Parts: sequence; C-alpha cells; structure tokens
Amino acid sequence: MASVDIDAVTKRYPGAGEDTIKGIDCTIEDGELLVMLGPSGCGKSTLLRMVAGLERITGGAVRIAGDVVNEREPKDRNIAMVFQNYALYPHMSVYGNMAYGLKIAGLPKAEIDARVQQAAELLQLDHLLERKPRQLSGGQRQRVAMGRAIVREPRVFLFDEPLSNLDAKLRTQMRVEIKRLQRRLGITSLYVTHDQVEAMTLGDRLMVMNAGMAEQIGAPLDIYSHPASLFVAGFIGSPAMNFLPGRVSDDATSVRIGHQTVVTDKARGQAGRPVTIGIRPEHFSLADTGNADRRVDLHVDLIEQLGADTVVYGQIDHAGDVVLARLPGVLTLTAGDTLPLTIDQGQLHLFDPETGKNLW
Amino acid sequence: MVENRPLYTWLSHAVLIAGVVLVFFPIYVALIASTHDLRTIQTANMGLLPGPHFWRNYSTAWTQGSDISGATPVWYMMLNSLVMALVITVLKIAISLLSAFAIVYFRFPFRMGFFWLIFITLMLPVEVRILPTYEVVARLGMLDSYAGLTIPLVASATATFLFRQFFMTVPDELAEAARIDGAGPLKFFRDMLLPLSMTNVAALFVILFIYGWNQYLWPLLITDDLETVVIGINRMLAVGDGQVNWPVVMATTIMAMIPPVFVVLLMQRWFVKGLIETEK
Repeated sequence: MASVDIDAVTKRYPGAGEDTIKGIDCTIEDGELLVMLGPSGCGKSTLLRMVAGLERITGGAVRIAGDVVNEREPKDRNIAMVFQNYALYPHMSVYGNMAYGLKIAGLPKAEIDARVQQAAELLQLDHLLERKPRQLSGGQRQRVAMGRAIVREPRVFLFDEPLSNLDAKLRTQMRVEIKRLQRRLGITSLYVTHDQVEAMTLGDRLMVMNAGMAEQIGAPLDIYSHPASLFVAGFIGSPAMNFLPGRVSDDATSVRIGHQTVVTDKARGQAGRPVTIGIRPEHFSLADTGNADRRVDLHVDLIEQLGADTVVYGQIDHAGDVVLARLPGVLTLTAGDTLPLTIDQGQLHLFDPETGKNLW
Repeated sequence: MVENRPLYTWLSHAVLIAGVVLVFFPIYVALIASTHDLRTIQTANMGLLPGPHFWRNYSTAWTQGSDISGATPVWYMMLNSLVMALVITVLKIAISLLSAFAIVYFRFPFRMGFFWLIFITLMLPVEVRILPTYEVVARLGMLDSYAGLTIPLVASATATFLFRQFFMTVPDELAEAARIDGAGPLKFFRDMLLPLSMTNVAALFVILFIYGWNQYLWPLLITDDLETVVIGINRMLAVGDGQVNWPVVMATTIMAMIPPVFVVLLMQRWFVKGLIETEK
C-alpha cells in the first residue's frame, strides 16, 4: 500500500503561454480516496495523467510510497487506471483484457488464471469471461475495466471519469460498487469527476480545482459548509448557492442586503466593507415570529413543486439577482406574493468581492 | 428505401441478370473455345456448346505452353505470377502497416514531411517512372529476377494512407491502456493494431493480389525467362506469321483467372467486412 505525494506539481504544454497546472500540493494518505472535482478544462485530468505517467511533469514531483516517479514509465509506477471510455481491447475476450497486463509482466499462467478468476468473482464477471467487449452492456464493460485494474494488484488506482458514459441509474449503482470495492481492497485512489454528487458521495476528501489550481482540499462536508472561495461555494451544492451584493454595517454586527438587515456574527471585524453574501437555497426557512433580526422578505416570481420540497424563485428587496429558496414540504404561493424567510445564520457566508475568498 | 412492388422486383432482377450475362458471356465463350480444336474455331462453327478436346488443350497448356517449340509451360508461368503477386501483396501490406504506425504513433523530426513525401508518390504510378526505375533495376543487376519483378512495386502510398486513416480512428485511450499494462510500442503494434487491422488487411490483400497478378507493363519490360502468365498469353498471341493456337490460349486464360477468383472467394467475408465495418 502506498501514499501519493503531489508536490508543487506544474504542467506547461509546449508552446503554451501559461501553465495548465499552476503548482498543486496534496498528499493522499494510504488507502484514501481523493476525488478531484472541477469544471472541464480545469486541469483535473491532466493532473491525474501526470500521476499515471501519461503526461510529462513540467515542475515539482510526484511521489508514490515515497519514491519520486517523475521519470518512470507508467508500468513501473505500480498504478492502474480506469478510463472514461473504458479503453477495453475490442478484439480480446474479457479474460484476455484482464490477463493482458499480467502476460506482459511475464507471470506464470496459473497465477494469471487465479488472479483473473478472483477479480471476476469479485465483480460478478465470472460467467462473462469468454465474451468480447462489444457483447457487454455499459455496466459490464465498466466492471471489466475495473477488473483489469484490480488484477494488477496496484498500489494506486486512478479513475478518469469512469462513470460519465453510464446512464443515471447505473451510475448510482456503480458509484456504490466502486466505493465498496475501494473500501474492501483498501487501495489508495485518485478519482476525477465533474459530477459533484459523485464527488460528495465517493470521496474521503475532495480537491476542488479551478483553472489549474486547487481551490480547496478537504472532507466533502467541510467543503460544503465552509467553502473557501466563491468558486467552491458556487460549484458544490445543487441548486447552487445564492450570491448577493451587500455591505457590513458600521458596528460590524450585521449585513445589509438592499434595505434589509441580517444580524450575523460573521460580520465581526469587517465594519463598513462591501461583501458578497452567500446563502444556500436549503438554508432558508419559513420565518416565525421569534427571530426578526435574521428575517428577509422574498418577492416570489416563480415556484417549482418537487413534492418533497418547494423551490421558490424570487428577489430580495428587488436587488435584481434571482434568489432561490428550497423549503421543505408543499407551499401554496403565487407570483407576486411576499414570503418572509429566516436565514440560518451559521450557514451565511461572506466573501470578499475582489478576491472571492471567504472572509470567515 | 425498401420497395416491395412486383414490377420493381422484376425490373431490378432483369437489370442485374443482364449485367451478369454481359460480364460472363465472354468468359463462357473462352471456356467453350478452350474445349474445341483449332480447326473448329478457325472454320467458325464452334457454337456455344463444349467440344471434346478439353483435356488435351488444358494438358498441352499446362505442360508445354503453346505447342511451338521452346514455349514456357503454363504451370511455370502461373508459379511466377503467384510468387510475384504474393510477394508484392505481402511486402506492400507489411511496409504500409509499419510506415503508417511510425507516422501516427511516433513524434520524429519531419514527420509530416515524410508523410507528404509518401503521399506525393501517389502521383507517380509505375508507368510514369518506368524508365528511371528500369535504369535502377538494370544497374542493380536485378533484371529477370523475382527481386526486380517485385521490389519496385512494393511501396504503396495508398495502403499507407489507408492504414494511417484507420490508426487515427483507434482511440488514444487504447494506446494508453496498453502502455499502463506495460506494452511497449512493438507489443502494442502486434497485440492491438495488427489484430484490429485484420479486416483492412484482408480487403487490401484481395485488391493488391489482383493488382500484382495483373501486372503487365513492368514484367513485360524486365522479364525474359521469368514469364508471368499475363506476359505468357501476350507472347502466345504474338506469333508473327504463325498460327495462334486459340484453344490453348483460351485454356491458359481460363487457368490464369482461377487464382484471383480463389483469393476473392477465400477472403470474401473479411473483404466485405473490411469495407463496411465501423465498429472499432
């Protein structure tokens, strides 16, 4: 087993004006599953491919189990990778696909048989070993790709958006399977995805990436409740966090949104400065009489009934920005109503409008 | 479009049958002519039914060639044709596969330059470069040898281009997966690209075998004793003042048609698959 150290790694493609990866530091502990999450083009796949050895590392070092592997061929890094399109060898049977790497490594036939058999049983592929990839369903192909990774008995698993080609139902199912398998085998894993649900449910820790930088690294719930920046706050959570321009009051006890005031102790020490206020749709609740100091009025434009929840679209103080509130249960409202809401003050975030950093 | 009207069915069959008759009638006449004796043919009362001399004509052709003294027997011509066609086909495919592999998968200086050089040779078929090529082959002392017969014809821009296009459709992830599995470039070529290219190879084999078998101008120039069957037929017809032995010529023609037909039949399934296959 092994940890993976990503140490000030940068990547610049030949002829490019700037770095694609702008210096990322991260240590993935032994047996941990780290999910790299970000929009397309943020460099998450590039970083994974540098760990795999499919891309050259421009600067910094990647260490696997303490050894710098920058100059090692992928096969000498003791890693296995699952690709987005599975990359199964189309002319080989399931058995052939899983055994190929072992054959090249020169393992004895009996050992190869045993390993493939074991992996096939683990993945419920044992009745499909003679099939060709084109005769398999998407989920089965995905499992073969996993099997090909498992039989190598690698120290590190690398997943490059492995579920993005599956339909929604199968994706949920395979997500659970991957999680269970990774737990059971206890192999250090790096997992790239752009799907935040996948990231939240799979990862021991997340690395949220943006434009070649790691914006925040942490446990999924920590990132959800303490996003380090506007980018992370907007990227994690669905529907996305509401952002409103505001200003901290001169006594630093509250923030003003237009003409409405919300008391929050997060404003402490920020007297008078302009801020971007972030509040998640699910952190509004219907106002009762008790907490008038954290109350805002929402002018309703549109409602969506989801059954379990009601999503209300509206504006606070006609400030222009659309605000979403997700409230439990079924609410009967019509456009034009004014809905008094309370903000859960622990869940209110203040960001610096210039740098986007969380001020708390 | 699936039409299901009797008239169309009838009409389309009529057109197809007319086409088949048009193609096969001359061959049929050749077959019939190869079973009569020379006198029947010369007196123009051959008819359309087989004559009694099938065995005599074919064995004469096979063992002696035309019955003029010093003629080359057809079995020897066929052997030469077969060697020439096979060598050209196999070498063409091997060289094209390797050059396409180099061009697609390796980054070396002037890569695109080499690709265009190969591509430009498409504009220079044998007929255009025949004099300089003859000169080169003659100086290398390869006249009237299998080497001289085949080597100038083995470079193929068409096949290289075809394999290049095919290799470019093979997903990069496949190469990367193989690399992670520890396959070096040659193993990747042998274990992945080659099996995946098999249908293309089969289709090319058919096309190139027939191309090689039907070579006329080049063998005519450089062979003397190494007569191929196409050249053999040509010589049988060029008898000057003598008699053209039509039954034997026709028998030779029929026999010359057999190997290409055999190759097509053998490779038919793969050939069609290679032309229509889209699944990678």
